[in-house]
Parts: sequence; structure tokens; C-alpha cells
Amino acid sequence: MDATILLFLLQDGVTNGAIYALLALALVLVFAVTRVILVPQGEFVTYGALTLAMLDLGKVPGTAGLLIVFAALALAVEVWANRRRLSLKLSGRLALFYVLPPLVIVVLAGWLAPMRLGPVPQALLAIAIVSPMGPYLYRIAFQPLSEASVLVLLIAAVGAHFSMTGLCLLFFGPEGLRAQPLITTGFTAGPLPVSGQSIAIYLAALGLMLALYLFFGRTILGKALRATAVNRLGARLVGVRTALSGQLAFLIAAAIGALSGVLIAPVTTVFYDSGFLIGLKGFVAAIVGGLVSYPVAVAAAVGVGLVEAFASFWASSFKEIIVFMLIIPVLLVRSLTATHTEDEE
Amino acid sequence: MSAPILVLEAISVAYGKVEAVRGVSLSMLPGSIVTVIGANGAGKTTLLNAAMGLLPANGRLTFGGTALHDHSIEERVALGMALVPERRELFGSMTVEDNLVLGGFRTAAAERAQSLAQVFARFPRLEERRRQLAGTLSGGERQMLAMGRALMGRPRLLMLDEPSLGLAPLIVRDIFEIIVGLRKTGVSILLVEQNARAALQIADHAYVMELGEITAHGPAAELAADPQIVASYLGLGAAAD
Amino acid sequence: MPRPILLVLVVVGAVFPLLPGVPVFWVTLLNNIGLGALVALGLVVLTGVGGLTSFGQAAFCGFGAFTTAVLTTRYGWSPWATLPVAVAITGAAALVLGLLTMRLSGHYLPLGTIAWGLSLYFMFGELELFHRHDGITAIPPFHVAGYDLYDSRGIYYVIWACVVLAALATRNLLDSRTGRAIRALRGGGMAAAAFGVSTMRVKLVVFVYAALLAGISGWLYAHMQRAVNQSPFGINAGIEYLLMAVLGGAGYVGGAILGSGLVTLLKDQLQRILPQLFGSRGNYETIVFGALLIVLLQTAREGLWPRLVALVPERRHQPRLPQAEPLPARARPPAGEPLLSLQSVRKAFGGLIAVNDVSFNVRAGEIVGLIGPNGAGKSTIFNLVTGVLWPTSGEIKFRGERVSGRSSQFVARRGIGRTFQHVNVLPNMSVLENVALGAHLRGRKGTFSSVVRADRDEEARLLAEAARQIERMGLARHMHRAAGSLSLGQLRIVEIARALCLDPVLLLLDEPAAGLRHMEKRELAQTLVRLKNEGLTILLVEHDMSFVMQLTDHLVVVDFGTKIAEGRPADVRTDPAVIEAYLGGVA
Repeated sequence: MDATILLFLLQDGVTNGAIYALLALALVLVFAVTRVILVPQGEFVTYGALTLAMLDLGKVPGTAGLLIVFAALALAVEVWANRRRLSLKLSGRLALFYVLPPLVIVVLAGWLAPMRLGPVPQALLAIAIVSPMGPYLYRIAFQPLSEASVLVLLIAAVGAHFSMTGLCLLFFGPEGLRAQPLITTGFTAGPLPVSGQSIAIYLAALGLMLALYLFFGRTILGKALRATAVNRLGARLVGVRTALSGQLAFLIAAAIGALSGVLIAPVTTVFYDSGFLIGLKGFVAAIVGGLVSYPVAVAAAVGVGLVEAFASFWASSFKEIIVFMLIIPVLLVRSLTATHTEDEE
Repeated sequence: MSAPILVLEAISVAYGKVEAVRGVSLSMLPGSIVTVIGANGAGKTTLLNAAMGLLPANGRLTFGGTALHDHSIEERVALGMALVPERRELFGSMTVEDNLVLGGFRTAAAERAQSLAQVFARFPRLEERRRQLAGTLSGGERQMLAMGRALMGRPRLLMLDEPSLGLAPLIVRDIFEIIVGLRKTGVSILLVEQNARAALQIADHAYVMELGEITAHGPAAELAADPQIVASYLGLGAAAD
Repeated sequence: MPRPILLVLVVVGAVFPLLPGVPVFWVTLLNNIGLGALVALGLVVLTGVGGLTSFGQAAFCGFGAFTTAVLTTRYGWSPWATLPVAVAITGAAALVLGLLTMRLSGHYLPLGTIAWGLSLYFMFGELELFHRHDGITAIPPFHVAGYDLYDSRGIYYVIWACVVLAALATRNLLDSRTGRAIRALRGGGMAAAAFGVSTMRVKLVVFVYAALLAGISGWLYAHMQRAVNQSPFGINAGIEYLLMAVLGGAGYVGGAILGSGLVTLLKDQLQRILPQLFGSRGNYETIVFGALLIVLLQTAREGLWPRLVALVPERRHQPRLPQAEPLPARARPPAGEPLLSLQSVRKAFGGLIAVNDVSFNVRAGEIVGLIGPNGAGKSTIFNLVTGVLWPTSGEIKFRGERVSGRSSQFVARRGIGRTFQHVNVLPNMSVLENVALGAHLRGRKGTFSSVVRADRDEEARLLAEAARQIERMGLARHMHRAAGSLSLGQLRIVEIARALCLDPVLLLLDEPAAGLRHMEKRELAQTLVRLKNEGLTILLVEHDMSFVMQLTDHLVVVDFGTKIAEGRPADVRTDPAVIEAYLGGVA
């Protein structure tokens, strides 16, 4: 291996690692706030990527239809749950949350898609289409289970992953798609060509982390979300609705997933089921951080990216095996350092 | 005479098939301190939790004229109820100030700043420690923070569950003085205490709970003089007489 | 399930494939149901009863299938001869993965199963030995009495014989000493550990058991299909197996078969209908399966089996009271012998000192009271004595032997029985079975004996002992009721009976009288005095002062983790420090 290959692998690893880091952040956030281990996080990545690729082709993406499916189901669940206390006021609120956003977004998508506005507006549109599915998913699958154990929530999350992958196949078909790069220009640093897309990924990752930091540190809503994560009962006692925190966390997670999808769509061909493996690599990182530490999760994500890059160089067909077997030593260390009492659940 | 702020009628709470609270009725006037005393496991905490909506209960519950049935905790907070639970339930890894600010989550930003100043005036200790993490506070400070956080929401009814729990006698005295001071601001206080002697000293009216039922109630001073209550609940000292 | 119905099912099952006009396709479906039921049976024990979730069972099927595929095609082994090897390899793999992940509580285990499930799936597709993605073909069929079982009808009997045997084995396992230990994992394992169950070992046992059933299913699959590649052993299959268990009712043997039947039939129908509906081919059934899983968790978490059983009217018969020879009892130490001694025991949680250099002794034949205000550290002291927590410094000795820093099982084996402040019984298990858990250490029979029912004599003696202790505590009327239907006060008594089943030398009681009525308290006090007269030593935490004062020989008072007084009850209650602690300085 020469220096160029080494640098290339490093760049590749850090670029992928940045994506895994974003996903790991979302996973830690969602787990802390709702105790849901968000297995379908990867599907948001797929949705984001395929949406951008379709917009590139000037077509209305299948996710527009999916958004309507999600919103309709969420609305149905909400109406059923409130069937005894449906008032005009409540109906108006439901319309505002479950009818208006998908309607506006879908109309917008139908109108803008044929115009082919260029990579960045299309990327933003893709994120706008996918993000609302997060809170709707929470409303449909997880809010009714908010008092259930982590284990039950995890099984439900796997169920959601199963359904969402199938729906993706239905709306996008089995063929893989690839999008145009967001930034086409690149430059060379010494012997190494640095692609504009890598730069975009780094910038997006750093920008998002900064935005999250400010959101959680400075705004009352961000603090409420943190408070829910620290002490759910305490948060409820000051009037923070669990459902609100949950939907907010899922909104952020879906947006991060869609953003990640938009960022990788130009780099790799994405199939209807690609997201699962990408999301799981975010998991490996999140688990290294014990599902609680943001900084450790980010560092571990970059580590996962690097291991993957080097594994694909030396033993490409065993790449996935190596990455997922990484979790065993991590769990082993966790189990050896775990206290010998088991007081949870 | 004004209408009662809180009325419980025939409240029952069951864990599975076990009834922890059976047919409890209680009513309190606005601006008063009412205490519920009783042994460990008598159902006092269960009763408070049911009033706050943490547990489903049978019976009728009215707060400030509003009948509560399937109101969630958050809706009860919005109506002006606040509970300081036995375990305090603070946000341990957040600062004292963030804990307090979150107490005013449902109020407007300007009002929140005003409330914060008032709470700091009432609890100068909390202002000294405003940047400290709540998890690092001492037991007495934690209780003060929990009360301060509840006050940030400007409640009309403050329910306190064992505020003296695990605190040294000197600090218990401080906490009870603060409770007496709070009453002067017009907030009604429902106080659940094992430290029956202290609770009876500051309360206007008292209820005695035993095995999930109310076995006696009346003006606090009368109960404090009742020899049977003294024997059962005023503890060791009485037994030594 | 009533015997007549079961009998009818077995007869119908036996003749079904032979009936004229039954299409082969139906028999094939039944074969698939059987294969799924085997895996789901393992999940019944692992997930439904033990509370441990695995998404990776399909990988264990892979071990069974590939082992026999390689041995029969490459080395010419007979399919029957490969079974022990397939079982051994699957078991070894499960043991390694289990050792790595079983210590983790809660959600890490299922996450781990996703990770290694995926890794193994990719591995099956990469190994040259398994012909990579092409897989192994031309696997020989089973051979019985000169016939090769090529068609579905033949192998049907092999598969369903395995299912029936596995169902019997699973029922036997759950209805035994090991079965009680497995169920006790659900409550967090603290009660189980307090009675000498090695929770780690029990977890490993159920994990390997479930893996073996999956391995056997894979072994059967290889000879049914006569070709294997990686595709049926992925995470999707693992999720489907879990769906079977949840749908049927994780926790019920019949639920596994019901769940497998429903999922297999549904999958067959969906794979036929959905592509027609959507106009293209693909695994659309996952949409329905995922949604089904979520709806089940939201509305029928117990699964369909209990609802089905509820439709069949069952004759209520009074269970017989177990009768058997009593178990051998431990020799009691002579009264006055120093039994338990705490020497400067300290426990710090981070910066908080919960127990601050506490020393005291308990002598044989005494009732010692440990009292103090709420939060004084009494329960922490109990947890330190019983090995749930380990002291930061100081030493705890029992009969001269150091017990601090040892496991709960070690302490239980030495003869310290306990009850819990927060009642720790399994609400769905009968009072009798809950109490019998206390006798765990007095039995020897393990998993294998349970499965083949070689444990019946011992099991009868354990249950008889439990029944004896329940009667002794005056709860005989409630023996066969579910523990969850008793009052809190009664459950505290159940816990005492359970602790007595250990045949303890020292009994630790955490607030035994809380939630009892006046008369019940008097009865409890009399019972405790009787136990003391029989040579038992008791250390108890209690809030009811009159109860403590009349019952105890010696009192230890703690406040803020520190011992503030000790002595005869009459002296302690006039102690100024004690009065100050109890009444506070509020004037």
C-alpha cells in the first residue's frame, strides 16, 4: 500500500464515518428521549437518497405517495384514539398536523419536480418530503407503546423496519438509483484528489452537530427534549408532553436520516434495502457510546468508517462481516465492565 | 366561604388486583395547608400520584371546579396543579437554572424570567448554585430545587410528597418554614408526611391514612392532641411515655 | 389443552398426508410450518418465558443445515449420522455467542443478535466450503428402512416427530426446577439470585436450548430441500421467527405451533396475492408482517394462543396437594453462637455514603431489629449482607466466613434467606411455584433430567416442601392462586415462606409487617417467635415501632447511614440520639 492509497482510504473512511456519525447522533437522541432503538433509521436514509435521485430525473418521487400513506395512517390512529372527545378545535389541530403539511409538501413536490431546480434545492425538497414521516411513524407505531419496555419497543422498531423496506420496494421498485453530486468541483491536496461531495459531507456533518448543540443548549424546546431524556416523569411533571418530545425526536431523526441519504446518494448506488446496513453501522457506533454518549458515538462512527474502508481494501468480500463482528468485542468490553447487579427491567 | 380547590370523592386505586387506596374522600380550601399522615405503605404516595394523574383511579376528582377524569399529567399541570414527588425527579445532568427554567416550560418567556427571579429570592441557595448540575446538590438543596421547579409553573395547588424524607432535622426545619411561607403567597398545599409531628404543626387540616383508607380527619391541632393518634403516629417518644 | 382435543389433533395429523386427494402442496406447507414451529419453540423458552430476545435464530438454522450439507455431500455421511454433529456445532456456536452477550441486560442482547446474525449470514455466502452464494446442492434425502424420503409425505413424519418431541421436551423443561429458574429471569433475576440461581448459567441454558431447536430445524430443512444456500438464514428470516412466537403467544408451547402455522400460511397467501395487486414481483409480505408485529404489540402482546385456549371450556379441577418425603434439613447452630458480624462496613455510591462504617453482630437464636428513618440505609445493609451489593470497605462475616464481596448465590448457599422491601414475586406464577423457587438449592436435577422427566421424585419433594412452608405461614388456602391476585401484605408472607424453603440459618426480613392489618400483624409476630423457638435467627427492618419493640431481643438504629444506637429495645427508645433522629428538631 502506498501513501496515495492510504490517504484515499483515510478520506473514504472519514467521509463514510461522518455519515455514520450523523446517524449515531440521531439514534442516541431517539433512544434517550423515547427509549426506542430506531432500527428503521436506515430506511429514512434510503428514502432521502432515492427521493433525490428521482428529483434529479425530474420525476415526482415515490416518497410523496409514501408521505400521504404515513400521514393518513397517523391521522387514522389519532382520530381513533380521540374518538370520544373529537371537537371542532381538536379536528382543526389534527388537520394542521396531519393534513396540511403533507398536502403542501406533495403539491410543492409535484410542482417543483419537473423544473429540476438543481442539486441543493432538490436536496432540501427531498429532506422536506421525508422528515415529516418521522413524527408520523412515532404516532403510528410507538406512541401507543410509550409505557412499554425497551424490548417491546425494539421489536416494534424491527417491525417498522420490515414494513418500511417493503413499502420502499413498492414505491421505488427493485432497481438502484444514484443522484448527481451536490458539488461537482473538487481539488487536489498533494497527491490526493478531494471531491466536492466529501467536502459537502464534512460541512453538513459539522454544521448539523453545531445546530444540534445550539438547539439543545439554548432553546427551551431543546432543553425540554434533554429533560425528557434525563427524567421522563420529571419532564411530564413540568408539563412537557411525552408525545411532543417523541415526535420532535423522531422529526430530528428522520431529517438527519434524509440528510444522510441526500449526502450519499451521489456517492453510491442506493437500493430499496440499502439503508438497513448503513443504519446498522451507525448503531455499532451508538452502542460503543452505550447509547448515551454523543461524543463517543461520533468518534466511534469515524472509527467504523475507517475500519470499513481498510477492510474493503484488504478483504472486500468480508467487509460487512468484519464491521458487524466489531460489535462483539464492544459488547464484550461492556459486559466485563458492567456491574454484577441487574436492576433494569 | 370559598369553594374548595381540590375535592376527592371515593377515590380508589388498584395495582393489579390489589387496592392500595380504597374509597378516600378529601377536600381542601384554597390557601390552606392540608396534610395526609400515616405509616409507610398506607397509600399516601399512591393517593397523591392518583391526584396528579400518574396512576389511573376510580372515583371523582375535582380541581378548581373542573372535573378531572382522563386528563393527562400535562393537562393537570396546565390547570395549575403541581406535584413534588417523593423521589424529586430532578434533571440530574442539567444545571440548577435549566431545571428551574424547565419548570416554567408552559409559561411565556417573559413570565419565566420573572418567576425565576422570585424563586431565587425565596431560595437564595439555588441562586448561588445556578450553574451547578442538579445531580451534585445535597439532599436539602435537591428538595428546594424540586419545590422551586414546581413553583416556576405558578401552580394554584402544590402537592408535596414527603418533603422531609432523608433530610437532617435542621434542614427539615428550613423546609417546613418555607412551606409556611409559601402559604402566604396564596398557593394551596397538600402535604404528605411520615414526620407526623412536624406536619401537624404547620397544617390547618389533617387526614390520617391507614391501609389505604382514611381513618380520621379534622383540624390539625385536634388530631395532634388525640391520644390514639399520638400513640400510633407520633412515634417513639410517645411510646416511651 | 384438554386431552381429547390433543388426541384428535395427533390422529388427524398422522393420517392427513395419507388421505386421498390431499395435494402435495398442502403437505409441503405443513412441513414448513413444522420447521418454523421448531425454531419458534426455542423462542418460547428464550423470549416468552425467559425474557431474552433474539433476531438471530435463523443463523443457528444455518449451522444445522450447512453442517449436514457438508458432511453428507463431501464426506458421504448418512443424514442421520450428522445430527449429533449438527447439534454439537450449533450448540458450540450458541455457547460462544451466549458467553459474549448474555451478561448484558435488556436491549443489548437483541442488538447483538442482529449484528452477529447479519455477520453469519454474510459469512455463509462467502465461505468456499459452502460454495459461496451458489450453496450446496444434491444433498441426500433421509433414508428409512430401505426407502429414500424424497417426497413431502415421507419427510412430513420426520419433521412432525421432531416437533412433537420438542414440544414435549419444552413442556417438561418449563414444568421443573430449571423451568422455575428460567421464569424467575423475568423479574430481573434478583429474587432468583437470592435463592441461589445462577442467572448467567440459566440464561446460557435457554439460549443454547433455543439454538439447538433452530439447528435441528436447519438440519431437517437441508434434507427436505436437498439444497442449501445462505438466503433462508438472514435477518429477515430471524424476524419472521420472532413474529411467529409473538403472534402465537410467546410463552406457550402451543403458541409456537399456532404462530408458525399462521405466519407460514399468511406468507404463502401474501406472496401470491400482493405481486398481482402491485403488478410486480418482490417480497411485499414484509409490509404486512411488520405492521402485524406492531399491531400485535399494541393490542395483543400475549399473542393469540391464550385467547384460543380461553374459548375451550376447561374443567376446573382442584390440584392435588403435593405429598412426598421431606427434604433433609440443615443443622442449626447453638443459640448464642455469633452468626453474622458487620465490621466497619461502608458503602458509597459515587459521592453519597449510604452506609457509613456500620458494625454490629447478630447471635444465633435472636431476633434483631434494624430500624431508622426512611432512607437511613437499612435496605442497603440488607443488600450488602446478601451479596447484591459489595461494600466499599469493611467486612461482613457469616459463621466466621467472609461473605462480603461474594455473589448472592454464595450467600444463599451458606443459609441466609431474605425477603424484599419491594415485593419481588412473579405475578403470573402460582403461590406454590413462587415459594418452590426458594428451595432451588435443595434440588440437584438439571436441564437434561427435566427434559426427560428424570426429576419427578425430587420435584415432588421440592413442591411438598414449598407446600409445607406455605401452610406454616397460614396461606394454604391461596396455594394454587396466581401470586398477582394476593394482597400486598399476603405477598410479604409469601416471600417469608419462600425464604424458609431455603432452610435458612438466618432470615432477613425487609418490612414484613408493612401493609398488614392489626390482627395479621399479631399472627405474624407469633409466627416469627415460633420460628425463633425452632432455632432460626432473624434480622428484620420494620417501621411499626410497637411491632419491633415487643418482638426483638436487640435493636440497631441507623440514621444517615451511621449507627447511632444499639442495645435492648427498652434502652434504645429512651436514647436521646434516637428520639432526635425520629422526631426531628422541629419545634
